[in-house]
Amino acid sequence: MNGDAGFNLAWMAWTQPVAIFFAAIVVMLVVFGVLQFVIPTYERRGFLPVPTTRGDRLFMSLLGSAFIHLIWLAFSDASLLIASAISVAYAAVMMRWG
Amino acid sequence: MDKREYQWAWLMVLPVVLIVAFSAIMPLMTVVNYSVQDIFGPDSRFFVGTEWFKEVLRDPALHGALVRQIIFSAAVLFIQIPLGIGLALCMPKKGIGVSFALVLLALPLLVPWNVVGTIWQVFARPDVGLAGVTLNSLGLDYNYTGDSLDAWFTVLVMDVWHWTSLVILLCYAGLQAIPDAFYQAARIDGASRWAVFRYIELPKLKGVLLIAILLRFIFSFRIYAEPFVLTGGGPGNATTFLSQSLTTMAVGQFDLGPAAAFSLVYFLIILLFSYVFYLTILNMDREG
Repeated sequence: MNGDAGFNLAWMAWTQPVAIFFAAIVVMLVVFGVLQFVIPTYERRGFLPVPTTRGDRLFMSLLGSAFIHLIWLAFSDASLLIASAISVAYAAVMMRWG
Repeated sequence: MDKREYQWAWLMVLPVVLIVAFSAIMPLMTVVNYSVQDIFGPDSRFFVGTEWFKEVLRDPALHGALVRQIIFSAAVLFIQIPLGIGLALCMPKKGIGVSFALVLLALPLLVPWNVVGTIWQVFARPDVGLAGVTLNSLGLDYNYTGDSLDAWFTVLVMDVWHWTSLVILLCYAGLQAIPDAFYQAARIDGASRWAVFRYIELPKLKGVLLIAILLRFIFSFRIYAEPFVLTGGGPGNATTFLSQSLTTMAVGQFDLGPAAAFSLVYFLIILLFSYVFYLTILNMDREG
């Protein structure tokens, strides 16, 4: 991760979990980007009070998941994996019925 | 434009994406890395997982700063948006008065933020400041350095002085863009001044109000220099907002890990509020 003298990324203090996290975000964006060309999204209204596209629902899922984790960390000492499981369920509901 | 051609147009934003990647995304990634480590130096860092997030999210001092920040931003929006709309409606529509009013309104926006704090620090001093001495001579026991309520009042008035101009200028631009035909039709129908505002001007202002509310919310939520110079966050912690707590943590105590975790929480809160505002006003606009 440190790179050579010409392109040194040591200042970013990379850690493996953070690298995996950002790689997952990039993969998600690429998949949704490609999906946009294959099956273009359209605005539709689900249980949310506003019409949303697939990208809107992805953004809401990611933002909501971040807050689920933060709330979990603020109030619970139990495993963070439970918050992750709740987030996955939340994201699935949001993407399907949001 | 053909739908497929329209999709390829997104490639045109690639240069901007690259610039943002280097100026914003890479620093953000660095902050995320810092937030999960205890960092003493470039070669001396230890992975601590979510420890800093727990510490920050359970810190009562930061809860207090967050509550004060939300109250401050709510007060700013509650005062500045109606005041900005009202003053924009009162502005001259044509003639020499337009240029005069525009220059006058732009002046507070040109003053650097720390200078605004210094101006108000002197202006509001209870011993020599014009505002402070005047208020005390009227029989009010005003002292922003010793009384929390006075400090809040001064910070709010300072922010209103500094930033209401932005709302006025945006609303004025929105009002000027309304075609005269709408007003003529209203006159023919015998519409009252209130009806013209409610059914013509306000709906037409929604676009600029979206921008005004978003900008004022974001600016007020990350306010730092003005209250720091004016009150230093005091008396006590009465006017210590989130950005000042963050700066104390990062620069004062050099706690880079907790400060990074705090920054991310702060960023996510701003992102959430801004997105909710954006969706709400966009939806209002659609429903007409």
